[in-house]
Amino acid sequence: MKNCEYQQIDPRTLPTPTPTPTPTPHHEPDGDRPEEPKGKPRRKWHVFPGKNRFYCDGRIMVARQSGVLPLTLGLILITSGLFFIFDCPFLVKHLTSCIPVIGGFLFVFVVITLLQTSFTDPGILPRATPDEAADIEKQIDNTGNTSYRPPPRTKEVVINQQVVKLKYCFTCKMFRPPRTSHCSLCDNCVERFDHHCPWVGNCVGKRNYRFFYTFIVSLSFHTAFIFGCVTTHLALRAQGGKGLVFALQESPGRYPLIMKCFNKPLTAVELVICFFSVWSILGLSGFHTYLVASNLTTNEDIKGSWSGKSGEDVTNPYSQRNIFVNCCSVLCGPMPPSLIDRRGFLPADESVQTAGADIELPDLANKSEINVCTQGTKGLLESATLPPLLSTSCPQGKPPTDPTVNFDPSPEISTSCSGARHVHHSRGRASTPRHTKTRSKKNKRAALQMANPSFDVPVSPSSPDAGPSSKARGHKGDSFSHLQ
Amino acid sequence: MAETHSLQDMRQQAAVAAKVFLQRDYSNGTVCQFQSKFPSELETRIDKQQFEETMQTLNNLYAEAEKLGSQSYIEGCLACLTAYTVFLCMETHYEKVLKKIAKYIQEQNDKIYAPRGLLLTDPIERGLRVIEVTIFEDRSLTR
Repeated sequence: MKNCEYQQIDPRTLPTPTPTPTPTPHHEPDGDRPEEPKGKPRRKWHVFPGKNRFYCDGRIMVARQSGVLPLTLGLILITSGLFFIFDCPFLVKHLTSCIPVIGGFLFVFVVITLLQTSFTDPGILPRATPDEAADIEKQIDNTGNTSYRPPPRTKEVVINQQVVKLKYCFTCKMFRPPRTSHCSLCDNCVERFDHHCPWVGNCVGKRNYRFFYTFIVSLSFHTAFIFGCVTTHLALRAQGGKGLVFALQESPGRYPLIMKCFNKPLTAVELVICFFSVWSILGLSGFHTYLVASNLTTNEDIKGSWSGKSGEDVTNPYSQRNIFVNCCSVLCGPMPPSLIDRRGFLPADESVQTAGADIELPDLANKSEINVCTQGTKGLLESATLPPLLSTSCPQGKPPTDPTVNFDPSPEISTSCSGARHVHHSRGRASTPRHTKTRSKKNKRAALQMANPSFDVPVSPSSPDAGPSSKARGHKGDSFSHLQ
Repeated sequence: MAETHSLQDMRQQAAVAAKVFLQRDYSNGTVCQFQSKFPSELETRIDKQQFEETMQTLNNLYAEAEKLGSQSYIEGCLACLTAYTVFLCMETHYEKVLKKIAKYIQEQNDKIYAPRGLLLTDPIERGLRVIEVTIFEDRSLTR
């Protein structure tokens, strides 16, 4: 029985049942706790159920797959480094010494905003507690029978005279707020989900959209600036102080320039990188400026939620109808707090509850509900093979696939991704969340889970079994709350 | 005597009879508002008006936190100019209001809800999804 298995697992996975204030926390854990200083108290990030990695004791978080973040950082550092080493001395001598100052300022700005985009919580919604989930289940009618999956659960709300459908997230066990989407790469529901960007190795959502926007805008300025400086540098060298006419007379067209490039391969490298980056990043900035001005997310734009494709008179209910107000509300609005409280301490019973909540999640129910950004996955594969030439990872008018179905655009991607995703799902849900970091253990558990039929049978039909299983969950929640 | 029941005493000694969840109200968009409809389970425990007043105050506080006013714009622009590094040093307006909310809930629990065997959980502990009202078994029917 599932319950019994949990009881067996619990003592082994909880060496320190109560968090103690010995390592100077910033706040007391809520409630009165007996002092049991046996080993280190655990913070909530240890048992975080999503696929994220945490560093610096929970202060920094990134997605499990960091994507091409090292590549992004590397390209920026290398290009800027080459600029400062090879171009700045010449330009300072021949033009002005402001150039390295401006370049330095832009470089610092770009790197800081990139790191903030990558390391900030994008607006992850913590999963529902077992009691909440049980309460929601009770409110939903059970209409399906035992052998089929129930229809996706939806709830309708009216926002500014528009009907918005809220979908039920089977992983997080709650109705997703408007504009929230579940990222399958990170296995989290993210508020105001824009897209999962492999370039920054994180989702872009409510909390880090402004960082992301600032990053791409400052990066466009930075690449344009470097491109301009490098072109100027080469042009000045090509003249060789003999004037433009002599340079032109010497040989047709760009011949002198090409020769100079040949002698300066590194400068040529800079030029090539910047040339291709400028267009793609400028395009991306322009696209996101349009999104900001109309208060849209990439997800909504791709799905055409508010563009009236369905023929009805739909408008974006979140837009304030004024470009300036939209920009201000998106970029300069109040900074919402992180809801996952990763550095808080775990109460003993809560860690048991989170262990209990995971095992009963329906395994296959998630696939049709997943709002993954295909472009992220596709772009990752493209971008891994073709450096900055095509930054199609952040989508620019890619033809949307059917938004209601599985999002794998090409067969080879679908097999690897959905295979990986399936493993990830069963892994993420079946194993104790404490093992988020240890992949080998999770793999073993996944193998056990998939082999063990007792997990599969009650899990897949979620709604018909929702009655007994939710009651079981409810009972479990009650019994744990007794310990409070 | 029921008045001197602290929250901690209640949590340790009383058994939880039920939990009521007040969900978010999305009719105004994505701003944080909670449904202030009076749940039927609390009818025997607390005055409807009292409860609605608490909810209204909470909703007002959240609206204040998310208000787009001159203060938030100044904070946003300043943050942008400093590459958002001010967020590492400074407490944002939202966080300040959240502290106010936590204090308000604590105060309401101490004065009004605990004596009636109820407990409001700060929504931030539930990811701003619900306001959880825990109903404890009646130990003393007085008060």
